[in-house]
This record gives sequence, structure tokens and C-alpha cells, in this order.
Amino acid sequence: MLEIRWHSRAGQGAVTGAKGLADVISTTGKHVQAFAFYGSAKRGAAMTAYNRVDEKPILNHEKYMEPDYVFVIDPALVYTSDVTINGKEDTKYIITTHLTTEELVAAQPKLEGKEVYTVDCITIANETIGRAIPNTPMLGAFMKISGMYDIEFFKESMQRVLKKLPQKIVDGNMLAIQRAYDEVK
Amino acid sequence: MAFDKLELNETEVWDGNHAAAQALRQAQVDVVSAYPITPSTAIVEGYAKFKSDNLVEGEFVMVESEHAAMSGCIGAAAAGGRVATATASQGLALMAETLYQASGMRLPIVLNIVNRALAAPLNVNCDHSDMYMVRDSGWIQFDAFNPQEAYDLNLIAFKVAEDHDVRLPVVVNQDGFLTSHTAQGIHPLSDDDAYNFVGEYKPMNDMLDFENPVTHGVQTEEDWHFEHKARQHSDTMNIVPGKIDEVFAEFEKLSGRKYSQLECYNMDDADVAVVCMGTSVETAREVALEMREKGIKAGVVGIRVLRPFPFANIAEVLKDIKAVAALDRSAPGGAAGALFNEIAGALFNTDSKMLLSGYIYGLGGRDLTKKHLVDLYTELQANADAGKLLTQQQQFIGVRGPKLAFL
Repeated sequence: MLEIRWHSRAGQGAVTGAKGLADVISTTGKHVQAFAFYGSAKRGAAMTAYNRVDEKPILNHEKYMEPDYVFVIDPALVYTSDVTINGKEDTKYIITTHLTTEELVAAQPKLEGKEVYTVDCITIANETIGRAIPNTPMLGAFMKISGMYDIEFFKESMQRVLKKLPQKIVDGNMLAIQRAYDEVK
Repeated sequence: MAFDKLELNETEVWDGNHAAAQALRQAQVDVVSAYPITPSTAIVEGYAKFKSDNLVEGEFVMVESEHAAMSGCIGAAAAGGRVATATASQGLALMAETLYQASGMRLPIVLNIVNRALAAPLNVNCDHSDMYMVRDSGWIQFDAFNPQEAYDLNLIAFKVAEDHDVRLPVVVNQDGFLTSHTAQGIHPLSDDDAYNFVGEYKPMNDMLDFENPVTHGVQTEEDWHFEHKARQHSDTMNIVPGKIDEVFAEFEKLSGRKYSQLECYNMDDADVAVVCMGTSVETAREVALEMREKGIKAGVVGIRVLRPFPFANIAEVLKDIKAVAALDRSAPGGAAGALFNEIAGALFNTDSKMLLSGYIYGLGGRDLTKKHLVDLYTELQANADAGKLLTQQQQFIGVRGPKLAFL
């Protein structure tokens, strides 16, 4: 079982990102689950979304998760939420920030000794999609760190997931995914 | 037909709400009369989108309240159409009066209840207070444990409801957020297979049949009211269970997916068992398998059909089990939990020596973790070993503060 927790603000596309990832993984024959905690969250409120992936049908519906990966798609949440909660020894953190990994860990000591990767999804999204929607670049970074799928296969799959959007936006997302794949450190 | 069909993939990643909306589209519902409420809104919104995309040939009626929503459904069903809607929580509470009208007039409406806590305090998350509130309203009630089942049970619901020997409205319950907003892989039927399974709507006693005029919603005082209610109960008890089994069997033939009024997992040789509803059934199944690796013969019973309650089936399944937990996801309001009472009633007057304990859990969306269920099975095994209840009959799972136990 692969488990992922997303830290996001409502409106940044974590739910869409989690569902999009589930959609792509599902086409490869694996079982998927994507869900989120909303509460009465308004746009901008901190929220979490989740992915589970397994070879066999997923029966577990508990919200509690000890994630293999933590995605943080808003740069401030690493300070205002505990993104390490219920983490494991080998949990990997992919965090959106303009800081280097070293600067980030120095700024948030909770990340010390953890496997932390950084990528500036907000800037990438602004420059490619034209809006600060950091969800698809995070998935590009995840493809690099996890080696889950070949990036070309992943982009092709995401084109299908995003096909209802205007072509310009889809193209921007493809650029964003590739840039985050290339830039994550 | 004047509408377009959709080509669906063998596996679609849908949440429970979208799955239910797709089923309404495939059933080609004539009228959806609806008022939005979290977490059910996406079902009727989905149908409205399908209509605007020319994927259904129906009417979407926007009304000013849930009371009006169900009233619109009643009018459309009495006129002779296939009718559905969705609601939750306070919306269902406001609908309550009209639910009794619908069942009393024997109108085959399908209502999706996306289970959510009732205020106060205000809460949008899952528990089964709304499901329990209308359990005696004369509707058939199904319960889905995951998004696939929310889809399947909607198709099944139309076929059961519209059978001329049944003609009763059907509720399809699914857990708010835990099912409604959780995307999982779903195997949908093709549009043609789904529609052919549900079949063309065949009206009966419809008001638009001017050759055969009928009256709906009449007044009957002490001279006839009791006979109407008694006959309806008689049909619900004697005819409906057999029809449900028939439709389940037909659906299995078509889809390969088997449904039963009671879903039993690892019950054949079980010493201890948990009886519950909604997504908890699946989490409990996973924990039961893990308990078996530790030497505890654990089983799970999921209530698929809450009404008519499978009284005899549950007595048969549980009679030789040593210790059973009834899990109720609703504040009991000064009594034992509803499921505890149903099970106790089914096993009373039998020779069963089963030890029954009730647990209240998950109110307002409180997580039911695997750890909770491990502790629960361990407690049941201790009861079984001791041959008596070592705890009080009613306890709470996952609530903060001092341990609560009653009865």
C-alpha cells in the first residue's frame, strides 16, 4: 500500500490533484482511493487530501494515515500546520518553496533528519499555467522522486485527465509538470 | 432516442456522488426535483449537468426547500414518471413529512441520502443520524459501503421500487464524504446494459392515465387508515424481501457483483463479529482478516438492507457466534442503539447464547480507525472467553474525556 497526504489550501487544487493522480494510476490496473478533509473549509483555509494505492482492492476507510509521501503545495503551510504528523522513519516530503532544501530545514527544524525535497510549484504554475495552481507541478516532482512512471507516459495520461480544460491551460500544465520534474531537488 | 450516450471506460475513477449521478443518467430519470445540501449536492448537480449536456431527456425542477423537493418528486411520480432526488441531514429532516406521503401513496421514488450528522452543533460530516431518523417512514432502505455500491444500488433501487408488486420508494444511503467524496475505481455498466437492466418505466395508478382515473393522497380516518398501513407492512414483510433477492440475482448475472440483504464476511467459523453499516463495514473486514492472523476468529456483518430489516437472516447468521458488537453511528438519545435493538430483537426467543454489546461511534465524522477495531475485537474475544459480558452493554468508541459506559 502506497499512501500520500497532501497539505494545501482550499482552492489550490489538492483534491483535483489527488483525484487526477488516482485516475492515472487506475489506468495501470492498480486500485486507488482519493479523498479529502473539507469540514466547512472556505477558500484559503488549510486542508488535507489523501491518496491510497494498492495491488488489491482498498477496504480501509479510516482517515488516519501514516503516509509514505507528504506533498505540501502551499509554501506557508510548512510553518502553520504540522506537516510531519503521523510521519514514518522513511516518509518523503516534497514541499513547495522558493527556499533551498537546506534553507527550508533550517527555517522549520521539524524537518531535520527527514527526507525532504523542494520545488517552487507556485512560481512554476504562475509562469506556465498563468495561475498559482500548484497541484499538477507537484505531481511532476512526485514522478521524479518516486520514479513511479515515465514522465512522458504521465504527461500523456494527465492530458486525458485534463481534457475538459482549454488547450492553452492543458499545454501550460504539461510545461508545469515537466519543469517541476526537472527542478525538484 | 433524442439524447446522447456516453462511452464509459471499463474502470472509471468516480466518487460516490458522481457514481450515483451516473446511475440516475443511465436510468434515464424523468424528473429530478431537488434542493442542494452538503454532502449530497453533487448528485443532483451531476444530473443537471447531464441534462444541460443533452445526456438525459428529463426535467430538473429547482425548488425552494427540501420539503418542496420531495413534494415535486411525489407529484411527478404520481403523474407517472421515473423520479429521483438526493439530500442529507437537515435537508432530510425538512423532507420528513413528505417521505411518509410518498410511501403511503406507494410512489416508487429513489432518494439518495448522503449520510451526515444533524445539528446542533452544526456538522457536515458523516454519521447515520439522518438514516436512522427516517428508518420507519415506510421506505425500503439500502446501504452502500463504497462508491461502486452507491452506483449499483441506485440501478437496483429503481428496479425494486418500480416493480408492480412492490411500488414503494427506496432510499440509497452512502456515507457522507467517506463515500460521497472518495474517488475509487468503479466498473460501470454500459449505458444500454444499465438502462435495459432497470427497464422502461411502467406506470401504475398514474394520474395522467385519464382512461383510468385514480385519487392519490386521500383521507382515511379510523375506518381505513389502519388497513392501509397494515397492508403496506404486510407487502413490505412478505413481498419485498423476495423481490430484492430476485433483483440482486439479476444484477449479479449482468455485472458479476453479488449483493445480499446481509453481507457476511468470514462468518462461517467466526467466534466474534462486528455488525455495522457504511464504510465501517469495509474497514472492519480488513481488521477482521488481520485479527485472524493473530488467532482471533473474527467476522463482519454489513447491513445492506436496513428496511425491511432482515430479521430472520440476522438471527440465523449470529445465533452461534459467541460475542457480537452492534455498531451504531447515531446518538442514541437515551436508549440502546437502533442496531443493538434490532439484533437483540432478532435473537430474543431463540436458543442463542450470543453475547451482545452495543457501541456508539463516529458521530459527526469522528474517525473509526483500524486501532479502534482491533481493540473492539480484542474486547469481544475477552467476552467470549469469559462466557459473559465484561463491560456494560453500551460503550462509546473514539470519544475524548472519561470513558463512557451505560446499561
